[in-house]
Amino acid sequence: MSKIEVRGIYKIFGHHPKKWLAAARGDGGAARLSKEELLAKSGHTLGLRDISLSIEEGSIYVIMGLSGSGKSTLIRHFNRLIDPTAGSILVDGVDVMSLGIRELEQFRRAKMSMVFQRFGLFPHRSVLDNAAYGLAVQGVARPERERRARHWLEQVGLAGFERQYPHQLSGGMQQRVGLARALATDAEILLMDEAFSALDPLIRREMQDQLLQLQARLNKTIVFITHDLDEALRLGNRIAILKDGELVQEGTPEDILLNPANDYVQAFLQEVNRTKVLNASHAVIPPRLTLTMRSRPAHALERMRALDYAYAPVLDGKRLAGVLTAEAAGQAAAQGLRDVSSVVEDLASVPATEGLDQVLARLVRSDQPVAVTGEDDEFLGMLSRKKVVELVTPAQGEEAGQAPEASGQGAPGPEPGQACGAQS
Amino acid sequence: MFPELISARDLRGAIDAFVDHLVTDYADALEAISHPFLQLLVWLEQALRSAPWWLVVLAVMAIAWLVGRRVLLSLGMGLLLCGVGVLGLWDAGMQTLSLMIMATGLSVLIGIPLGIAMARLSWLRAVMLPVLDVMQTMPSFVYLIPVVMLFGLGKIPAIIATVIYAVPPLIRLTDLGIRLVDREVLEASRAFGATPRQQLFGVQLPLALPNIMAGINQTTMMALSMVVIASMIGARGLGYEVLLGINRLEVGRGLVAGLAIVALAILFDRITQSYGQRMRRGAAR
Repeated sequence: MSKIEVRGIYKIFGHHPKKWLAAARGDGGAARLSKEELLAKSGHTLGLRDISLSIEEGSIYVIMGLSGSGKSTLIRHFNRLIDPTAGSILVDGVDVMSLGIRELEQFRRAKMSMVFQRFGLFPHRSVLDNAAYGLAVQGVARPERERRARHWLEQVGLAGFERQYPHQLSGGMQQRVGLARALATDAEILLMDEAFSALDPLIRREMQDQLLQLQARLNKTIVFITHDLDEALRLGNRIAILKDGELVQEGTPEDILLNPANDYVQAFLQEVNRTKVLNASHAVIPPRLTLTMRSRPAHALERMRALDYAYAPVLDGKRLAGVLTAEAAGQAAAQGLRDVSSVVEDLASVPATEGLDQVLARLVRSDQPVAVTGEDDEFLGMLSRKKVVELVTPAQGEEAGQAPEASGQGAPGPEPGQACGAQS
Repeated sequence: MFPELISARDLRGAIDAFVDHLVTDYADALEAISHPFLQLLVWLEQALRSAPWWLVVLAVMAIAWLVGRRVLLSLGMGLLLCGVGVLGLWDAGMQTLSLMIMATGLSVLIGIPLGIAMARLSWLRAVMLPVLDVMQTMPSFVYLIPVVMLFGLGKIPAIIATVIYAVPPLIRLTDLGIRLVDREVLEASRAFGATPRQQLFGVQLPLALPNIMAGINQTTMMALSMVVIASMIGARGLGYEVLLGINRLEVGRGLVAGLAIVALAILFDRITQSYGQRMRRGAAR
């Protein structure tokens, strides 16, 4: 079951939001008003329109959009810093809207903690007291909360700064304090509202790495808001894109990169360095023919000829052992060898997680076939040069690149990769 | 001529009758209520006047040092107080000092909670803002008369008149200080599940403290400017000396007493300000 379930949230800002809800919904036969129409007609601002999301436990869920798209409004609905005009929010199956004031305070203490864009640190408290704030609110005794705050400050790399005050720290360090403060309460859900947007690019990258490292160990449910698609693609297990308070697209980073829902998303993607997001696993072709070390040469040759392949990967169990060329198979058969193991040649391979930029560099350096391997050297398939090229050059790849692919003659010349290309 | 819509004479008569009614029916009760305050004030005045002068000077220096942590400030404050004594106005100065402490204390007790309430309740703010304007601009003699009628001549009406005149800046600045607290900082405290009480005492008040101290500073200054008027309704002290000087056309007496008032004003001002500054530094940290 999902950790956070958001169903049909509407948020209208103004004096009589309920009155205009039907108009924004387009209920009762009336035409659905756009954000601009609503503003002109009623003076009410449409913050969010019919947002439904489902956030899985243990994932990093990125909500992205430009400023004014409603992303900060949306994240504040999760802990009810803002109440929706309509719709429901379920956290662990509990409807947040049903909580009373005391229950809501308890809920915020136990379930969620938050990191803010401009840090939201308390200027009159020391770093240690800031980090311990969530625990202080819960009434944890001072020695215990200081011990835990110290632990988390250490985790984010701020040991030794406990006695400093926020204004004495750099922006990056201040946000680390914010992160330590959020982690110190051991809440299962971490809400991060443009947490790294105020930091300069190098520090931001460092913080992203740190967050990913922490997440690998802590396995929290993180909702991350950003306006930076690179950041979204880097961090997110899933991404939701908002525009003018509406959900434009929701999916995995690959979904969004490879199948943008509309021009708005496409425009976002223009700026992205695709090779950093996509990796070798996106350009892999599942094998149609694999041999084992025990394959008989004559049999192997026969199967390769049947498919018109110049070579075939050879596996040892699930692991990649090497490559057998048709030529070597022919010689082995002529010599009457019992199996192919002695004529198998080494095959270059890349891990599936390797970024396309690395893969591309490798392809440029050599024209030998390349295999893609998963965890523990498991063989996943061969790398398709054509797919790599298509992924790296998106716009042309969609229309112009389609036709030659169908004919199977995309790559010029009799390169060894051709055989693999023909499989697709 | 402006058309007479209501009879001005009747209106005045009605107000007079109302005040008369208050005086006959409630004067005793009000005096009984104010009695503890009077006793506290008398006790404070006695303590200050009967204490040896050097003890008072030392106490002021100690407070100045505790508040500002600056030796020079502390020494200067001691010298200033000695100056009042040198001018031959020690006794009157102590009377005025006790009145000031009492009026400031009452102002803080009234002003800060009201300011907090105003920052939280917008309707109260809407009501209070014009009331504060009236309190600050209404000539003090106007409310001096009914207050004297209710409480009789003496220290209590003097303190009430002083508080009415002096408390508005503190209320305004408390309200302002709380509303100026960074929204995101307050949001952070809410997001971590702080109760309204924890938000107020843990975040809002500490961050508003520099503004609140500025308000207290303003309040003491305005209270001091009321001492002459307060002396007209029976409060003794430096203001009474000034009043005597005016009545007898003794310029010297008036000027010397005036200088002593200025000395006390500087004393209050520097001490409260240096506390405010230290808070501001603390808040900027």
